[in-house]
Amino acid sequence: METQMEEVLEGIYQKTVAHGDNIITVLQEIQNAFGYVQEESVNWFSARTSIPASKFYGVITFYSQFHLTPRGKNIITVCSGTVCHVKGASRIISRIREDLKLGEDKATTKDMLFTLESVNCVGACSIAPVVVINEKVYGKMNPEKIAKTVKTYKE
Amino acid sequence: MNGEIIVNVCMGTGGIAAGAEMVMKAFEEEFASAGVENATVQSRCKLHKVGCRGFCAKDVLVDISVGGEVSTYQFIQPEMVKRLVKEHVIGQKPIKEWMAGEDYHVFHDNQTKIILHDLGKINPESIDDYLSVDGYTAARKALTTMTPEEVIVTVKNSGLRGRGGGGFPTGLKWSLCAANEADQRYVICNADEGDPGAFMDRSVVEGNPHAVVEGMIITAYAIGATLGYVYIRAEYPLAVHRLRIALDQAREKGFLGKNLFGGTFDFDIKIKLGAGAFVCGEETALIASIEGERGMPRAKPPFPANKGLWGKPTIINNVETLANVPPIISKGAEWFASYGSEKSKGTKVIALTGKIRNTGLIEIPMGMPLNDIIFKIGGGIEGDKLFKAVQTGGPSGGCIPQQYIDLPVDYEGLKSVGSMMGSGGMVVLDETDCMVNIAKFFLTFTQEESCGKCVPCRIGTKRLLEILTRITEGNGRKGDIELLQELAEDVRDSSLCGLGMSAPNPVISTIKYFRHEYEAHINQKKCPAKVCNKLLTFFIRPDQCVGCGMCAKACSVKAISGELKQPHAIDNSLCIKCGSCYDVCKFNAVIKD
Amino acid sequence: MINLTIDDKKIEAPDGATVLEAARLARIDIPTLCHDPRMKPFGACRLCIVEIGGLPRPVTSCTTPATEGMVVVTTNSKLERLRKTTVELLLSDHPNDCMVCIQAGQCSLQELAYRYGLRENRFKGAVRQHNRVDNNPFIMREQDKCVLCGLCVRVCDEVEGVAAIGFANRGFESDICPPFKKDLDCEFCGQCVAVCPTGALSGKMWAGQPRLEQTRSTETTCTYCGCGCNLTLHTHADKVVRVTSRPDNHNRGWLCVKGRFGYEFIASPERLTTPLIRRQKGGPLEPAGWDETLDLVASRLTAIRDQHGADAVAGLASARCTNEENYLFQKMFRAGIGTNNVDHCARY
Ligand SMILES: Cc1cc2nc3c(=O)[nH]c(=O)nc-3n(C[C@H](O)[C@H](O)[C@H](O)COP(=O)(O)O)c2cc1C
Ligand code: SF4
Ligand code: SF4
Ligand code: SF4
Ligand code: SF4
Ligand code: SF4
Ligand code: FES
Ligand code: FES
Ligand code: FES
Repeated sequence: METQMEEVLEGIYQKTVAHGDNIITVLQEIQNAFGYVQEESVNWFSARTSIPASKFYGVITFYSQFHLTPRGKNIITVCSGTVCHVKGASRIISRIREDLKLGEDKATTKDMLFTLESVNCVGACSIAPVVVINEKVYGKMNPEKIAKTVKTYKE
Repeated sequence: MNGEIIVNVCMGTGGIAAGAEMVMKAFEEEFASAGVENATVQSRCKLHKVGCRGFCAKDVLVDISVGGEVSTYQFIQPEMVKRLVKEHVIGQKPIKEWMAGEDYHVFHDNQTKIILHDLGKINPESIDDYLSVDGYTAARKALTTMTPEEVIVTVKNSGLRGRGGGGFPTGLKWSLCAANEADQRYVICNADEGDPGAFMDRSVVEGNPHAVVEGMIITAYAIGATLGYVYIRAEYPLAVHRLRIALDQAREKGFLGKNLFGGTFDFDIKIKLGAGAFVCGEETALIASIEGERGMPRAKPPFPANKGLWGKPTIINNVETLANVPPIISKGAEWFASYGSEKSKGTKVIALTGKIRNTGLIEIPMGMPLNDIIFKIGGGIEGDKLFKAVQTGGPSGGCIPQQYIDLPVDYEGLKSVGSMMGSGGMVVLDETDCMVNIAKFFLTFTQEESCGKCVPCRIGTKRLLEILTRITEGNGRKGDIELLQELAEDVRDSSLCGLGMSAPNPVISTIKYFRHEYEAHINQKKCPAKVCNKLLTFFIRPDQCVGCGMCAKACSVKAISGELKQPHAIDNSLCIKCGSCYDVCKFNAVIKD
Repeated sequence: MINLTIDDKKIEAPDGATVLEAARLARIDIPTLCHDPRMKPFGACRLCIVEIGGLPRPVTSCTTPATEGMVVVTTNSKLERLRKTTVELLLSDHPNDCMVCIQAGQCSLQELAYRYGLRENRFKGAVRQHNRVDNNPFIMREQDKCVLCGLCVRVCDEVEGVAAIGFANRGFESDICPPFKKDLDCEFCGQCVAVCPTGALSGKMWAGQPRLEQTRSTETTCTYCGCGCNLTLHTHADKVVRVTSRPDNHNRGWLCVKGRFGYEFIASPERLTTPLIRRQKGGPLEPAGWDETLDLVASRLTAIRDQHGADAVAGLASARCTNEENYLFQKMFRAGIGTNNVDHCARY
């Protein structure tokens, strides 16, 4: 493993485990630092903390927040909560898929520019349907509007 | 010119999504430049960010108050700020045509606000604002003039019940917890709010985080906890941010930490971020998650009040429950119990959404009839469609049809018609919503969120969803309704935790009240609400079609043909009923039937 | 002691007992799939549900503590309907391969299917798909047969202290696997295999060998180390085809990789099966009968003792013998030969 990566991991260790934080917090920090959770970092932490790697893997695959593969530069999260659903979230998703040329089981574009995800309610239902790009919330969306909005991230 | 000038910009998630940050900046700039010309105005001008006032559909909302006279503006955009400052702030002439209309006031006037009272009025990032509305006086009162037992008795007498779903009496839960011998106890605020269609807790934490902190301090004092956690969804970055600020401010003032309010009581609060699992709202799963494990529930007993976090007695309360505690301590149990119905006291914050004119966050006294909520506060159905049902309680709740429109909304009332209060989400459905599809939507959700520990929920919800799916796709079989009912009952009765126990509710209640829709799907292979694409036929109305060709482009199986600028047509033998053409046509020329 | 009533029977159960334990003490049958008294209760399979007076819905007896005066019903049409649905759901996501499954006859799921007469299944639907990664030498994992009872995970964590496997994913796609779905790389103690109620985990060397029912069992003690774990050797046509261990013995049924899987030496052609005697100095070792050999040993030992005294003889035994064997060995030296010169690697 590169020493640079090890330094980052040691930093995370000092910030979390050393203060009694649990492995969910550790994994959140790893993902903040690298964008996803790599196997090497789990093995490093498992060795550093004597917590079996199976516990890390169990947690990573349980919580939908964690990702085992790299994600795109921009994360488009379409809300599929109840309200957004009845207000047409599925049409927004199909429009984005079409515009980004994403196949049925693909979430990330080939150029690694976008990852499309869905979430069950971001708690902004009164401006449904809602799309979140990176951390910015876009309300009252429709297929046309979202297509235009996504375009602005292409530059 | 006289009196203070206050400008409040709505900066909840809804406001920010509508551009509140830019509006805020525009005001700052405008004031700065106006200040050069008119120093008096600037020095008397206060610009505030305030939390959500519940009507995000009208954001960005701005209040301008001159000498106590408040005018509320709706749909404000940055470019409108110049004129607002010039005409209203400096010129003192309100701009009538931009002001919020009658509906804004009807929406608010029919509510009773305890929890939401200060939301939208105070700056959630300022402890001084909270102190100016008597913040932390309840905690001071409890810690300096009451015994823990007195606090518990007051909460018991108030009749406060848990707002997180179960409706368990809060004071009773506290006394059960306090009765345990233990060297350590914990209090946890449940801000996981995973119900897809609810945002009460988000808005409260975003709009008035100190109220929750104060509620936790009083709870901790009552049960003797020295450490508290707020378990909050990571999908709520703004709420987390404001909560962090609130905790720091409270620590600085000596409201958290050692020797609170100069006494001997120590208490501090930590934040734990959820990682995306609905089931972690369930108490035992939440505890597992704080302990760093997979959020798999465990059987109760033992209850968390006896054996919770790290095996110690633990109180878990919902955000709204906790926010109710300070006013109860300040104003007394009787005052609180004077609101609400016989068995459900106080108010309930409700996220009113769906096919309704005024969507938003509202607070009503318990027991208010459904009718008043939907047609008075909510202003009736959007687009003059017909009301069909209202879904309450999210994925654990049920659908309530027209015939119960006078139902009082409280724990008992909702339960009596097979739904539940849940966390307080209320989604209004109109004639264009298909009830089988709604049931399928919720089962898709619960099936994805099942932790997988117990058999009835893990496999049962999957099978329920499969049966619902085949019904919506035209492959329903005779006997499917009965099969759904039987399986739904068995999953409900034998699952381990609340998720599996309540996941079948949407199925049970839609079959109970909308059986004919199921029958139409299965027997006639028709979707009466025209939602289930696989049961519809798509065609193009030549008189509406301008021949733009969008639909032909969208069709993945090339079922649409036609010359440019000539009406197009769909070949139904090729059509796979994906609905793409319907979605893309801007001229409403694609019809489904 | 706690007094409670189960199915109209008055029962006394020790303090701290669960309802399931109390029922089992009174020989009342409650089906279970995820329970093993050697591990913490889990409450996942929902088969052990019972009705308890005063509670609104059925609860799992394996997790519920018995309390004074409790009134419990373990079976009625409602409970049996719920149990049957649960088993039916399990079978709807199961290969139902009993004909060629190693576990047939021993399988808890098969037994339940039989008990509830589940020939048809109302819930046919999608089944989990698994990629098999099994290059390890000992353990075969057929996860499509897994009922997610969690016993293997718990034994590996709670008993073995290794946690080589764990739960992964959630909901219908839940899975039991080593981290990152790799091949198993662990102690290979086989504890997980021993507790698995289905054919999801099995010993690789057992494949195609006679099923347990076809074997004769012999109780014995493991020869590998001084722990002396109790073993049951399962033989077929005079060949050991499997080793198990009973939960009610001193090692509680737990074994290590050697005891559980290291039995092939027994049938090795290289193994000595008769004593060997070197009849001439420099000559070859020749097979001999037991009588001849024991006579020879006795006469030589007597001769040495008579000529040089008893302390000229010393005996060295092995910790790999049983206690009984080692007892007899020292007895022979102390009482028979008359010397205290006796020892073994774990000391007398
Ligand atoms: C699947 C499931 C999800 C839940 N989600 C939440 C939630 O998001 N917020 C909440 O306050 N309670 C939730 N609950 C209810 C909690 O388990 C618990 O009853 C509640 O937090 C107790 O607080 P209260 O007494 O103040 O209502 C959930 C329960 C279940 C079964
Ligand atoms: S009911 Fe569902 S969520 Fe709850 S324990 Fe069982 S599988 Fe998990
Ligand atoms: S999109 Fe509509 S108007 Fe355009 S060609 Fe298709 S049907 Fe005609
Ligand atoms: S695991 Fe049991 S039920 Fe499944 S195939 Fe094997 S014997 Fe049959
Ligand atoms: S063989 Fe032993 S160490 Fe390996 S997974 Fe099974 S129980 Fe764990
Ligand atoms: S592999 Fe066997 S022991 Fe492990 S969970 Fe599956 S069925 Fe249970
Ligand atoms: S359902 Fe989409 S924001 Fe709530
Ligand atoms: S954020 Fe402005 S009203 Fe909700
Ligand atoms: S044996 Fe009790 S739930 Fe499985």
